[in-house]
Parts: sequence; C-alpha cells; structure tokens
Amino acid sequence: MTTAVAFEKISRHFGTVKAVDAVDLDIREGEFFAMLGPSGSGKTTCLRLIAGFERPTAGRLSIFGERAEDVPPYRRNVNTVFQDYALFPHLNVTDNVAYGLMVKGVAKEERRRAADAALELVKLPGYGARRPGQLSGGQRQRVALARALVNRPKVLLLDEPLGALDLKLRENMQEELKALQKSLGITFVFVTHDQGEALSMADRIAVFDHGKVKQVGTPEEIYKTPNSRFVADFVGSSNVLPPDFVERHVGEKRWASLRPESVRLVAEGPGAIAATVISSAYLGGTTRLGLDVEGHRINAVLPAGEPCPADGKPVHISFARDDLHLMDEAG
Amino acid sequence: MRSDRSSAPLGLKIAAAAGLAFLHLPLLLIFVYAFTTEERSYQWPPPGLTLQWFAVTWNRPDVWQALGLSLKVAAISTVIAMILGTLCAAAVSRTKFFGRETISLLVILPIALPGIITGIALRSAFNLADIPFSTWTIILGHATFCVVVVYNNAVARFRRVSGSLVEASMDLGADGFQTFRHVILPNIGTALVAGGMLAFALSFDEVIVTTFTAGQQQTLPIWMLEELVRPRQRPVTNVVAMVVVLVTLLPILAAYYLTRDGDQIAGSGK
Ligand SMILES: Nc1ncnc2c1ncn2[C@@H]1O[C@H](COP(=O)(O)OP(=O)(O)OP(=O)(O)O)[C@@H](O)[C@H]1O
Ligand SMILES: [Mg+2]
Repeated sequence: MTTAVAFEKISRHFGTVKAVDAVDLDIREGEFFAMLGPSGSGKTTCLRLIAGFERPTAGRLSIFGERAEDVPPYRRNVNTVFQDYALFPHLNVTDNVAYGLMVKGVAKEERRRAADAALELVKLPGYGARRPGQLSGGQRQRVALARALVNRPKVLLLDEPLGALDLKLRENMQEELKALQKSLGITFVFVTHDQGEALSMADRIAVFDHGKVKQVGTPEEIYKTPNSRFVADFVGSSNVLPPDFVERHVGEKRWASLRPESVRLVAEGPGAIAATVISSAYLGGTTRLGLDVEGHRINAVLPAGEPCPADGKPVHISFARDDLHLMDEAG
Repeated sequence: MRSDRSSAPLGLKIAAAAGLAFLHLPLLLIFVYAFTTEERSYQWPPPGLTLQWFAVTWNRPDVWQALGLSLKVAAISTVIAMILGTLCAAAVSRTKFFGRETISLLVILPIALPGIITGIALRSAFNLADIPFSTWTIILGHATFCVVVVYNNAVARFRRVSGSLVEASMDLGADGFQTFRHVILPNIGTALVAGGMLAFALSFDEVIVTTFTAGQQQTLPIWMLEELVRPRQRPVTNVVAMVVVLVTLLPILAAYYLTRDGDQIAGSGK
C-alpha cells in the first residue's frame, strides 16, 4: 500500500506554542484517516500543514512520495472542506463548485457539467443557481464537499465538517461521507473531537494531545488497547485504573484500562472485589452502573434483563484478567 | 434587511415631516433665487423669474476656473485615497500585528478631528517644511479625510473576504493573482467604488481645510464664499450652488445604492 501523506518528525511552533510537536504519521492511500483530540491539540494545524497553509518549522512532509514543504497550496493535489465551509458569497452554487476548474482554465460547458455531476454526487441536484446565503447549514456543507471533490483530489481534508450540524443530520452525513469515501477511493483525512464519530467512521485514528500523537491505530485497537491514560480517558468510557489498584489485584504496578462491559457483578467469593453502587443509568439496551471500588470510581455496563442493584447497595465485582489492558505508561 | 412594516404613530410622522421641511426648504430657496430677476439682494418673493443667469454663469471664466480646480482636486485626492485607503484596509484586516487597533484609530482620526484643526496642522506643517501653497497642498489636505472614507468602506468588506475565503481559493488551485481577481476584487469592488464616490463628494464641497491649504487658487466652494459679499450678479452663485448640489449628490446616491445590500454583490455573471 502506498503512503499518501507522510509526516516525519514534523513540528509547527508558534513562538513558544508547540501547536504540532515532532509528529510522525503515515496516512495510507485510500484510507479514511481520523485525527482525534481535544480542542487545541493541533489537529487543525496538522491539516493546514498538509494543505500547505502552514509550513513546518522542522521535519519532512511528503505527499505521495514527493517532498511538499515548498509546494504552495494551489499546486498540491489536495483539497479541503473548511470548518466554516468558506463558500464564495458572490458566486452561485454552480460557480462555487466549478471554481477549481475555472481557475485551471477548463471550458465553461465542461465545468458546468462537472459541477452538476458533483452536486448530484452530494445529493444536491438543481441547487446550482442559488447563492450560498440561500442555503441551510447542511446544504452549504454539501456544496463545500462538491467544490472540493470536483477537482478529483488525491487527498481530501475535512476539518470538523459535521461540527455545525444537528445530531440527526450529523448521523446521516457520517454514513454518507463514509459511503462516498469508499466509492471514490479518495484518501480522507478527517478532523474531529468527537470520539464516537472517529470510531464509527475511520479506518485508522490518530489521537492528538498537546501537539503530539499519542497513539495511531484502528478504532478497535484504540478502543480496546489504549496505550496511555490520556487515550483511554479521551476515547472511551473505559475505566482507568491506577497502578496501586492494579498491583493489588493483578500483581503488576502499571496503569491499566478496563472496559465497562468487562466488569461483572458476582456473588461474594475468591477473586471478587467489594464495591458500592453510586449511581445507575438506564440506557435502553443496557444499564450503566457507577461503582465505588476501594475509593476509585469504576463504571460497569449490565446487559438488559439483569437485576439492577439499588444505589448505595454493597455488591461484588470481578473481571477476567485478559480484559484488563495494561498500558505502557508506568506507575 | 427587513424593514419594519408597522406604521409609526402620528406625532412621529409630523415630527419627521417637520424635520424634512427644515432640512430641505432652505435648499429649495437657493434653487428659486437662481431664477430671480433681482441681482443685488435676496428679496422674497422674487420680483420676476428669468433664465439669464445660466447664460451669465456660462460666460464667466472665473467660474470655469474654480470648477476645473475643484474637479481636479477632488479627482486626484480620490485616486490617492483609494490607493492608500485600500492598502491600509488590507493591512489592518488581513494581518494581525502589534498595534493594529491603534493604527485603525489613527487612520480614522482625521475625520473625527474638526476640519479647522486639520487645516491649521497642515498649514503649519507646510510652512515648517517650506512647501509653497499650491494645488498640491490642497490635494494633500483633502486626501487626509478622503483616505478615511475609503478605508472605512473597504475595511468591513476586507474582513469578510480575509482568511478562509482566500485560503479556499488557494486550496482550489488559484494563485495569488487569480485569487485577487476572482475572490477579493468582486467582494470589495463595490465598497471601493462607493468609498471613492463619497470621498469625491466630500472633497468637492470642502471649505475649511481648503482655506488653510490653498494659496491664491479658488476652489468652487471658496469662490462661492467670496462671491457672497459682492453685490453684483448674486444669482450666479445660486446657479453654481445648483451645480455643486448635483455634482455631490449623484456620487453619494450612487454610493448609497452600491452599498445598500452588502451581501448581494453584482459582478458575478460568469
Ligand atoms: N496562527 C497561530 N498563531 C499562534 N498560535 C496558534 C496559531 N494557530 C494555532 N495556534 C495554537 O496552536 C495550538 C493548536 O491549534 P489547532 O488549531 O491546531 O488546534 P485544534 O486541535 O484544531 O483545536 P480545535 O479542536 O479547537 O479546533 C493551539 O494552542 C492554538 O492556540
Ligand atoms: Mg481545529
């Protein structure tokens, strides 16, 4: 598999702010790659480095094997869907979508046809004559997508494209984007701070924190085997267990993560750990219990139908040793 | 831009009508006196009506000279203002640098200052620098407030175009020149033209700053001021006043229509 975008020890510092700090990344051709992280962790800056709006202060950036640091944005075969869509207010939808072709000198008839096809692709046919100001947020987003796709980029960058949409629309768009990416085979680099979105859409995820990449992996790897407390905390509702607790029950003094669905309620006996129910929340298919275990909070998920103990009740829990994931971070 | 359709109370309507009358009746008087047969004093009602003053005005070389100078000064200060004002607006809105707000304030200050202060300041500066008073000193004086007008018009539009629109254009393959032509210019064009027209109108009827920065030359408003104390051929001044009203009103109206609906900018018929 070819590498679409490669970061080698790339840094982008703004004065003392290390927006991106010595990041290594390999984004493969044709994959749906998500950059996940809290606000200010450097995701947008990474995207802007790929688009060419920022230059790395150190490191090497290659796009399809070619060094890209000195290539201006307009010569990169990369297009962006901006967070605020950035549609041209003075142009109608067709002219917005055809803009990239227009500046490349494509004939009027041909770019009109291409724009119509792109609008069809994003399920917005017949809207060509409208101004961006006459569209809803969701429609603007589709126009922004069509405007980028019409240029047949090798890499499409999306900066929190769904952030401004309401929940229902966002879920629809998630599926559509995913389907679009699969059918076009274009490499998508998708920035989000919503872990659910990243887990459900991406082939691989990079988790960012303070300008550094903490972990790169498939959604399953990231979810099941987070390599650090930060990833476990940020990505899942995983329980993060401190070294002293892990040492008492497993014997190794390391931070560990334990997914709530691995925690079982058991009768008192050998291996069972005493706990107190603090809270319970009915989630339809399951019930989530908040437990106090030796002063630590642990969440457990009970399948529907299992009797749910009342708040304040003493219970016992256990988990399979294999379900406890020891993290690299030492105690 | 929705307007409030509910009707205003009667008292407010009367007040508005009175206000309008107060503003416009004197103007009307000026127009009427341009046709009077009485040339020494302004007598009401005019003893008779005539068109002769238009012919008299047409044949007065001093009127033509003053009009020519006024048009020249207004045109050149507007050009200077459009270049400098646009550059200032571009710099202030496109980049974030230390003291940006201060610069913005400094640019706007000349219009907030009374003209007499600007005039005195410029006059002493020209004196200090040993610059003889000429048409160019008038132009410099006018440019100080014309720049502000253009700047104010352009800066708001620039803010809207700056940042992500420019980046979007670059991202889609347009180089700097194409971005300027296809994105920046269509978005700020009308604002620039409007600013230029306002600047032209302001310069054309300026008196105070001109008084301080002119040598022997007379712009049209200054000529009118001098003419008022002369007892002969008074209605000529009124004819000229009508010309001034037209020359300043038309650009202002045009500017108003150009900037009225800011989000529907013409010139997109690609
Ligand atoms: N032009 C700039 N000048 C100075 N600092 C900057 C600049 N751009 C970004 N930063 C800083 O770099 C850090 C990373 O910013 P970035 O926009 O990449 O974060 P992000 O992960 O996209 O956050 P968000 O989820 O809020 O969009 C932040 O601390 C930000 O303040
Ligand atoms: Mg961001």
